[in-house]
Amino acid sequence: MDSEPRGSHAGSSALMLGSLLALWWAVTASGLISPLFLPGPGQILGRVVDLARHGFVGASLWQHAAASLARVGLAMLFAVITAIPAGMAMGLFPRVNAALDPLIEFYRPVPPLAYLPLIVIWFGIGEVTKVILIYMAIFAPLAIATASGVRRVDPDRIRAARSLGASRDQIAWLVVFPSALPDILTGLRIALGVGWSTLVAAELVAATRGLGFMVQSASQMLVTDVVVAGILVIAFIALALELLLRRIERRFAGWTAGR
Amino acid sequence: MAVLSAKGAGVVYRSARGPVEALSPVTLDVGQGEIVIALGASGCGKSTLLNMFAGFVAPTSGQIVVDDRPVTGPGPDRAVVFQDDALMPWLSALENVAFGLRLRGMGKAERLERARALLDEVGLGAFGGHRISEMSGGMRQRVGLARALAVKPDFLLMDEPLGALDELNRERMQVLLLQVWQATGKGIFLITHSIEEALFLATELVLLSPRPGRIVRRYHPGFARRFLAGEPIRSVRSDPDFLAMREELTLAILASEEEAEAHGQ
Repeated sequence: MDSEPRGSHAGSSALMLGSLLALWWAVTASGLISPLFLPGPGQILGRVVDLARHGFVGASLWQHAAASLARVGLAMLFAVITAIPAGMAMGLFPRVNAALDPLIEFYRPVPPLAYLPLIVIWFGIGEVTKVILIYMAIFAPLAIATASGVRRVDPDRIRAARSLGASRDQIAWLVVFPSALPDILTGLRIALGVGWSTLVAAELVAATRGLGFMVQSASQMLVTDVVVAGILVIAFIALALELLLRRIERRFAGWTAGR
Repeated sequence: MAVLSAKGAGVVYRSARGPVEALSPVTLDVGQGEIVIALGASGCGKSTLLNMFAGFVAPTSGQIVVDDRPVTGPGPDRAVVFQDDALMPWLSALENVAFGLRLRGMGKAERLERARALLDEVGLGAFGGHRISEMSGGMRQRVGLARALAVKPDFLLMDEPLGALDELNRERMQVLLLQVWQATGKGIFLITHSIEEALFLATELVLLSPRPGRIVRRYHPGFARRFLAGEPIRSVRSDPDFLAMREELTLAILASEEEAEAHGQ
């Protein structure tokens, strides 16, 4: 898919990032912008180190990060074991699709913050609510990607398996699932992005831990350097997860490269 | 010896513009040890005929039987080789050949060993570990053939298996197919739009004509057996009988198409 050699544009990326960093340093070091609005890069770096050592609002940076990752991880786990089979059924059976598709398309475009109050009323303000919110945000893109991947499977591949004596279950799990796996993994990557961004919304509700909660409390206390440091940590974790999933994609769906 | 037969089997599709006859009722036997070839232009119903034999499409009239047992769906006694290989690209060549054996629960060591022997037989012994995406069209067709042979079918159903290959590869595959046929005695049903291919391979050749698809002529060329008896391929394919039949078939196809067009007006 990528025809250009990797890293051929690394120069442009580095130039852009470098210029932004220089501009940031210039406007803060010269006193043009008050540290209350934008602390300098040095101060942020110091803050990250301090957060790692001493924490903020009663928990260390690691505890905040672990709490957030656990919520997203749990939601992701539930989504994988429900949305992938649901998407498989939607792709394989038009009837299941007719039943589920309107439901998914109805709630999918609604911002999670809009239905968060309802989930709070139903499930309270504990962990369950946060995991459900992220889970719902992840479920739709994953189920839709799985269903469309299943529908794109070459019908001759299924016929070939049937003529070799495959049962319905064998066709589903040994032919359709691996055929759709590249689409499923892409869906997973998109879903993880959506899930991670829903996290901050979920942690606005009576959390005592989590990166979203940390940033939120820091902003209420006007500790701007923690806000910026928190945003950077959230971004870096998202990037790390993205890279991890790309590796998994290459490992399990690398065969698409030659098609 | 099993015989795969179409007994007055035809297919009528329902469409928005009324019923469309894809294939008029056909009666045709494919015995083990025979190579029956359906030749015709696109739209003549030859794919429908193959899909009925395979059990992918149910006839709307008549029936398909193996000896006296009606065919109700696809099964490993009638393995199919497809034009676009239809292999599993996430598996290696070896695992693709072993796929049908895996479906019936054969252990890994045993099925890979059998697959290795079959890959050897189709001349790909050294390529077992290769990914499908690394293989040429001709190699993929060999893998597809080995995969079909692995389940020990009585019949091989081949859906324009050589249609996408260049001339030389095509002839190589034809020779391989004849060698496999001689060694195993399978009943082969193959569809093609190549007159030369049909003439060279067939023990029975049926010519189909479009709109509606139907058998218009039957021939019994003996060139495959002459080649297997030791006559060089160039000599067989330039034999005056071969060339004369080729011309006759060409004229017959042209005539049937003109007739079909006249019907369509």
